[in-house]
Amino acid sequence: MSTVAEFKIEYKQILNSRGDVVAPLPAFTADAGEVLRMYQAMTRVRVFDAKAVNLQRTGQIGTYPSSLGHEATHVGVGAAMRPEDVLAPVYREFGTQLWRGVTMAEILLYWGGDERGNDFARPAHDFAWCVPIATQTLHAAGAAMAFKLRKEPRCALAYIGDGGTSEGAFYEALNLAGARALPVVFVIVNNGWAISVPVAAQTATRTLAQKAVAAGIPGVQVDGNDVFAVREVVGEALATARRGGGPCLIEALTYRLSDHTTADDASRYRGAQEVKEAWALEPLIRIREYLFKTGAWTEAQEHALLQDCTRQVDAAVIEYLSTAKQSTDAMFDTLFAELPQHLREQRATARKYGAKPSGH
Amino acid sequence: MAHGWEMQHDDRVVVIGQDVGANGGVFRATAGLQAQFGKDRVQDTPLAEATIAGMSVGMATHGLKPVAEIQFMGFMYPALDQIVNHMSRMRYRTRGRLTCPVVIRTPHGGGIHAPEHHSESTETMLCHIPGIRVVCPSSPARAYGLLLAAIRDPDPVIFLEPVRLYRAMRQEVSDDGQALPLDHCFILREGSDVTIVTWGAMTIETLRAHGELESQDISAEVIDLATLSPIDSETILASVAKTGRLVIVHEAARNVGVGAEIAAIVAEHGLYDLHAPIQRVTGFDTVMPLFRLEHDYIPSVQRIVDAVQLTLAD
Repeated sequence: MSTVAEFKIEYKQILNSRGDVVAPLPAFTADAGEVLRMYQAMTRVRVFDAKAVNLQRTGQIGTYPSSLGHEATHVGVGAAMRPEDVLAPVYREFGTQLWRGVTMAEILLYWGGDERGNDFARPAHDFAWCVPIATQTLHAAGAAMAFKLRKEPRCALAYIGDGGTSEGAFYEALNLAGARALPVVFVIVNNGWAISVPVAAQTATRTLAQKAVAAGIPGVQVDGNDVFAVREVVGEALATARRGGGPCLIEALTYRLSDHTTADDASRYRGAQEVKEAWALEPLIRIREYLFKTGAWTEAQEHALLQDCTRQVDAAVIEYLSTAKQSTDAMFDTLFAELPQHLREQRATARKYGAKPSGH
Repeated sequence: MAHGWEMQHDDRVVVIGQDVGANGGVFRATAGLQAQFGKDRVQDTPLAEATIAGMSVGMATHGLKPVAEIQFMGFMYPALDQIVNHMSRMRYRTRGRLTCPVVIRTPHGGGIHAPEHHSESTETMLCHIPGIRVVCPSSPARAYGLLLAAIRDPDPVIFLEPVRLYRAMRQEVSDDGQALPLDHCFILREGSDVTIVTWGAMTIETLRAHGELESQDISAEVIDLATLSPIDSETILASVAKTGRLVIVHEAARNVGVGAEIAAIVAEHGLYDLHAPIQRVTGFDTVMPLFRLEHDYIPSVQRIVDAVQLTLAD
């Protein structure tokens, strides 16, 4: 027997959990303002998230999937992408979407059960939230095919969860991307749990990054709680894809500090000790420590930031709550470019029996 | 409860699905089963619906009786290839050499403020598949008896569990192992003026409409279809022969809905019994909206009452 193929999976960390720099700092960190922007975005999404959970508990939005603990991955990806790139999110990556211009009020509209939530104004070319599992990975590959055919220097980036890697669509997307050298980057947010099922029950592989091997594309692991490492690794993958170098699969290791959604109770299947240990590795502490150590940040600034984030979130909640109710026409308006006759009749029936239109 | 009874009495029965183990299912339908029967007989699967349906085919053809859960009906579509091309026709293709005694349970319908894709009622896609039964109970007691029957059935059964009933209804059910018959309707209220056929959670609005009609001296016979495919034509035709009027109520979209099949059966075999055109009260032919509008999509009591009155006009 002779060896015909071998693989290795590399792991990247730049800031350890105490905020020590353990690898060469990427160039973007030389811009102190940019680093602060990333930290502020992470803090803002954390404050938003707590508020959104609260809105669900008080019946003002529906089921909500908290992004608690995912801030470094989400903001790192957002900061690595260019505005003209296309994001294919799952449903939890609010940090990336806020960075790219989706507003907090729009996020609340969607999770508040309003059809207009999926119609965020910016970035208009990004995909909507994707609740079915893993389907979005193929959309990203398709968008990347469009960029490739038109020779546009743009990339698509698809998120997927650790559980989602069990779906056939995920492997199909990797395979397609590899076979056609598409400008697409797949980011697996491995937060340890697919609702109640831990990664070890999902797959026998040592890493999820190595799922890339079968598709013939590079796979790499990154500390998903380290915003520097995430931005660096995703940025490099996007740069390679953009210059025609093909796709990449990135596994970001993080932890779901919350329940799966507000409809879930993780205490039924997950030990408290594990969660306690995960809190010590969470992403905000280390970047804050880094900023304190480098003298770029003070307690007073921290206090002011939290106040500012709370103000922004409160304003978004007011905007959300004061959005005029949609009429029953919203069930029909955008189903087709032009509504067929039988649906115009049904729209009339819905108007007759439904909530009275407002703002129409 | 039906799971537990049957697992105790038939060691071929295994429960599989996403989060059915320690978590006991997102609607708690399999709560406690893993603790009672162990991790071999109550297994969390990888997050993949095609996996769940395809492995069910393999398990069922080789001596097990999988009771599989698809977490929400909107996530069933990756499983359809396995259901349509294999599960439903394994007996047919192999001339009975291999069979698929599988039950696939999945939540059905909306009305509980769930997220996008969590409130589907696309039973018509399933009813169109030859070789499977599609069952939809309308109460906890019928869920118990029909699920037992589904597990005991030698052929594949898709078992749709109306989510509003998980939440809305509490009922004492005796765990006596008594199955209810498949392929049979249940007459929920006897009446003489009009027949209303419905199923699943729409029995809630229909029974309210029945009460409303009663106060207007209109006697409605309410039939719970229960097995959506194949349809118990006999019970429906006998009722229409008595009342002369038919209203069909379903949450699913109207176009090619199961209601159209019921209307066709009555048109073919009971047309001369009808005193008025058949009426359908259904969801609209659009996407099940996000939850702010879901109660405008789901047929209301008033829509049902108005449709009945239309059959009674002149």
